[in-house]
Amino acid sequence: MYTQALNQKDSGPQGTQGLVEDPERLARFEARVAAEDKIEPNDWMPEAYRRTLTRQISQHAHSEIVGMLPEGNWITRAPSLRRKAALLAKVQDEGGHGLYLYAAAETLGTSREQLVEQLLSGKAKYSSIFNYPTLTWADIGAIGWLVDGAAIMNQIPLCRTSFGPYARAMIRICKEESFHQRQGYEIMLTLCRGTEQQKAMAQDALNRWWWPSLMMFGPPDAESSHTDQSMRWKIKRFTNDALRQQFVDATVPQGHYLGLTFPDPALRFNEETKHWEFGEIDWEEFRQVLAGNGPCNRERMEARRRAHDEGAWVREAALAHAAKRKARRAATPKLAAE
Amino acid sequence: MTTITLAETPLLHAVLARADDALVHAHRLSEWVGHAPMLEEDLALGNVALDLLGQARSLYTYAAEVEGKGRTEDDLAYLRDAPSFRNLLLLEQPNGDFAQTIVRLFLHSAVLHPFWRTAMGSSDATLAAIAAKAEKEVAYHLRHSAEWLIRLGDGTEESHRRAQEALDRLWRFTGEMFAPEDADLVARGVLPDPASLRPEWDATVARVLAEATLDRPKDGWMQQGGRRGVHTEPLGHMLAVMQHLQRAYPGATW
Amino acid sequence: MPEAHMPIWEVFIRARSGLAHRHAGSVHAPDAEMALQAARDTYTRRGEGLSIWVVPSSAITASDPQDKDSLFEPTADKIYRHPTFYEVPDEVGHM
Repeated sequence: MYTQALNQKDSGPQGTQGLVEDPERLARFEARVAAEDKIEPNDWMPEAYRRTLTRQISQHAHSEIVGMLPEGNWITRAPSLRRKAALLAKVQDEGGHGLYLYAAAETLGTSREQLVEQLLSGKAKYSSIFNYPTLTWADIGAIGWLVDGAAIMNQIPLCRTSFGPYARAMIRICKEESFHQRQGYEIMLTLCRGTEQQKAMAQDALNRWWWPSLMMFGPPDAESSHTDQSMRWKIKRFTNDALRQQFVDATVPQGHYLGLTFPDPALRFNEETKHWEFGEIDWEEFRQVLAGNGPCNRERMEARRRAHDEGAWVREAALAHAAKRKARRAATPKLAAE
Repeated sequence: MTTITLAETPLLHAVLARADDALVHAHRLSEWVGHAPMLEEDLALGNVALDLLGQARSLYTYAAEVEGKGRTEDDLAYLRDAPSFRNLLLLEQPNGDFAQTIVRLFLHSAVLHPFWRTAMGSSDATLAAIAAKAEKEVAYHLRHSAEWLIRLGDGTEESHRRAQEALDRLWRFTGEMFAPEDADLVARGVLPDPASLRPEWDATVARVLAEATLDRPKDGWMQQGGRRGVHTEPLGHMLAVMQHLQRAYPGATW
Repeated sequence: MPEAHMPIWEVFIRARSGLAHRHAGSVHAPDAEMALQAARDTYTRRGEGLSIWVVPSSAITASDPQDKDSLFEPTADKIYRHPTFYEVPDEVGHM
């Protein structure tokens, strides 16, 4: 489960900035949100709210679907039957979570076909983390521990988000995901208690996944253009930097328990603030990966397009069969009446 | 750990055969997850794969117990080489397109369902318990694959062609499903006589193919050998992938 | 050519014997049988269900949120529908 604050600008031709909403309705809407009332699909909502949510929920859904690929890469190579079952169940869960989220986005008036088209045409974004490769089995542990760990930090507050269908999807998702991070940490723990080679494998995975995991929370608050409005509308409940700090504070002691070293020489505990301070994130890498220049962007999109294209005849067949059945049913009573 | 070979008594052989069937088929189906024709089907095939993987684990655990040498489910799955695998040739065939995957699942589920249903009355208590769980799972696999086959057969021209091609391609592997089981195991009521499952299989296949507007291929020369370890080429590649870590890091715990 | 629209179905699940079916979410499927299977495969992976209903989303008629006041507020002052509106002496006991 992987949400990410991407903070993109609206790119539609009728950018929402210029749109003037009826001030009275807007005020009523904002009062409802401020009072923690939930907004439901048929309720009136400002266009910018609808659009921001559609973008956020569909990006979240796309991330789940693309997120099946890096871990799916190891299902056939899982080193024990127990690990194979857990990984398969986890990757399958991600598909389910993508499905719940597409459904939530659809209630805002955009069909799944349109949303998928936006992903496949490259118009829609998904979490940058899935453009990194899974090179060893330890990467499966690191993804569960770090990537799911970061995602959970992002997602728990979303269970209280103001849009009803999104909040309900998130509650189901958070409940189902509770095993994902534990599954990853257990893999790391087993490796760290194993042979020297296995421990080196775990360290190497941490080295490669640590910084990209921190990037999952999105750009620093100072550069984040959408945060204010999203906070006011309770689409977002904590800022990127606050969630990132919470993640670092929770994760560093877990890493030390494993006996691993974080790839950040600046990492130190501040006795006064009781927070772990960390070094500078390479935001240029983040921007490049989002822009399509990560190690696996092309491969991930190719895999999704291939599945979509190669599945087209199956979907067509299913629809054609349904139409035939309907026609046959419609014809039957007439025959009986003759 | 080096490659192991087991001294297979008839019971051990029979249990391993069913375990290998389940593992190899689960492995193939798991390759679809993330790549299925629609999201709902990623979940469906994932569920079938997880059911089969669960059956494989129960059966390997029992096989290890029957052997009595203290081996684990993972030893049996990861440390035997292709000639020691006892699975049906049908189940190791590559996924091909969605039609081939569905036809493979349908043809096998149509025999596996009566197999487990009969085995629920096995004189072997462990097999009877495994059967009671597996029977329900496979009933759903049969339903799911039959419904898909009907839609593909009676869908578009293209889907009809693909479904018929898949049937024609895989039919030569169906004879092996009814090869005789050890006579003593059958006589003692441990396992069903495969030949006794044939009438139900024929009826299921006839019913579904009729609704799918597909032709039943002629029973020509049947490929056999899986049960004695003479496999088709794809199995070696599958095991090379599946067993990679256990082979590269002998003795490690994962 | 734009992709043909795969119908949406609303999924309702009875979690335990005796409970009513409750809305769980939705799935896309070409027809009712496949919708039922998709609902089973999607929403009952952790033993959440005993029974499933699937309904084409297009078959649902919903009240308009704008009618909320006229539909639901008139009942607010009909307090005589509630048991606490009536006085029964303590000596009579629970009623």
